[in-house]
Amino acid sequence: MTITDRPIDNGVNVQALLDAREALSAAPEAADFTWRASCTWRTGTHSRSTVSGFTGLGTEQEHRTTYEFDVDHPECFASEDNGATPVEYVLVGLAGCLTAGVASVAQLRDIQLRSVTATIEGQMNILGILGADPDVRNGFDAITVRFLIDADASREDIEALVAQSQKRSAVYDIVTNPTKVLVEVA
Amino acid sequence: MMQTTAVVIGAGHAGLAMSRRLTERSIDHVVLERGEVANSWRTQRWPSLRLLTPNWQTRLPGQRYAGDDPDGYMAVADVVTTITGYAREIGSPVRTATTVHAVRAAPQGFEIQAADEVLCARTVVLATGAANLAATPRVADDVPAPVSSLTPLAYRDPSQLPDGGVLVVGASATGVQLAGEIHRSGHPVTLAVGEHVRLPRTYRGRDIFWWLEATGLLAERYDQIDDLTRARHLPSPQLTGTREAAMTDLNSLTAHGVRIVGRLGRIVDGLAQFSGSLPNTCALADLKMNRFLNRADEWATTSGLDGELPPPHRFAPTYVDPRTPLELDLTSGEITTVLWATGFRPDHTWLDVPVCDRTGRIRHDGGVVTDAPGLYVLGLPVLRTRASTYIHGAVTDSQAVASHLHTHLGSRRR
Repeated sequence: MTITDRPIDNGVNVQALLDAREALSAAPEAADFTWRASCTWRTGTHSRSTVSGFTGLGTEQEHRTTYEFDVDHPECFASEDNGATPVEYVLVGLAGCLTAGVASVAQLRDIQLRSVTATIEGQMNILGILGADPDVRNGFDAITVRFLIDADASREDIEALVAQSQKRSAVYDIVTNPTKVLVEVA
Repeated sequence: MMQTTAVVIGAGHAGLAMSRRLTERSIDHVVLERGEVANSWRTQRWPSLRLLTPNWQTRLPGQRYAGDDPDGYMAVADVVTTITGYAREIGSPVRTATTVHAVRAAPQGFEIQAADEVLCARTVVLATGAANLAATPRVADDVPAPVSSLTPLAYRDPSQLPDGGVLVVGASATGVQLAGEIHRSGHPVTLAVGEHVRLPRTYRGRDIFWWLEATGLLAERYDQIDDLTRARHLPSPQLTGTREAAMTDLNSLTAHGVRIVGRLGRIVDGLAQFSGSLPNTCALADLKMNRFLNRADEWATTSGLDGELPPPHRFAPTYVDPRTPLELDLTSGEITTVLWATGFRPDHTWLDVPVCDRTGRIRHDGGVVTDAPGLYVLGLPVLRTRASTYIHGAVTDSQAVASHLHTHLGSRRR
């Protein structure tokens, strides 16, 4: 029996995260981050958002490249469907955040992942955004995320992994808790 | 100016345990107490409160429970009697009605400004308690005017509440106990639940604290705990000191008609908004409870106790109603009181020695305040072990701290 003790590797540098946690606890002001995006209207419901810089660790930071996102409504809304809808970007954000969390927590707990797939759905009655029924809210009634995870771990450990990733997720917090939003005209 | 080798501040269980340890070592000391012995228990606890730990576990240095109900749980009045009796028995030099206004560093140690005199001591032990102040979140400022706000320190019984519904914020031992008591009295209760610790009162015929002690969990040392900050800030487990109630968890409250909602996020224009994370918060607590029960079962098997204990079993997962509201209008008149069971914190504002972190908590290494040699602290959660949170934790904590203090005195003399 010579199964080599291959180190668990989900491609997450856990040591860097642990070091950051320790360093930032000592210098909490460096832990203040500001994330930014800018959005330019094209035509109709189509806009293009870009993401490139953000502030953190006490200085201005740059992504490796500028990322662009086309945002639009689908054809059944009489739009041109040049991109995903804004609400789908919210789902993308939540799924990406939870999945990153699953990988990080798995690395920390020495769980080797083979595959992780999340399907995410947001239910909404559009009478709210159409202004047709004051009792229907604009946003999602509920969001459901379904993780399919293949890993060297028991079902209970995988459930704990997913629960912990929610506990430490920024986007999960943003969608489940009220957030102060200030919109102004420059 | 009075000179003494050690000053202990606070004549509760921790201060008295320390006093006994100092006496054992013939270290000259005095215990300063703002009120009477066991003051917080006399003045800041609601009368129906009982200890979470069973009587047999409620020990102090040189003292064990000798009554006829080892499996019971002391009521507040019994705790006062026990601590007062202990003070007398060990002949502790307690000065009651002596409030400490300031502690400062001095050339020979510390200068303590008490009621109407100044004391000088080479060492000071802070044993003023972990629960002097109610830790209310900022959202408490936004409760609309007709609704009254109350903290557990001022709560006595449901008769002091105005008619109407009560929103209890926080689901620790305090939160679930008060939610249950207030709901039974006829006030409809809504309980806002954030992160919490779910445990059964008994498991396989034994008290949960028997399991926590037997498996070695309570003995886990502070310097061996992965995430000490988290361990020190964990809410108390959802337990009540009664044998009749097997569980005082969220399921039992739901069964009695208490409405469970998510963590209180904010109040805008009188509208309370709760987190949608309740299902995960409950799932985390269930997983954590089951991890401990797994550990308990493994321990029982390794210890060869499976024959004499009832078989293992698991508890139903926490039920979360899919129709759980995310909002509650506090201006509708439905809710007349908000009770903030959001935790407590020590009050060390009178400490003029720069040893606190940015959140106002004392930086210490297992009770040794390293930034101020000669200064010690006792009676805080997970101070040296997980047992430190409970009364009996003072048995080993006081021993370790006294031993360090003794060595410190010797090193300074040389």
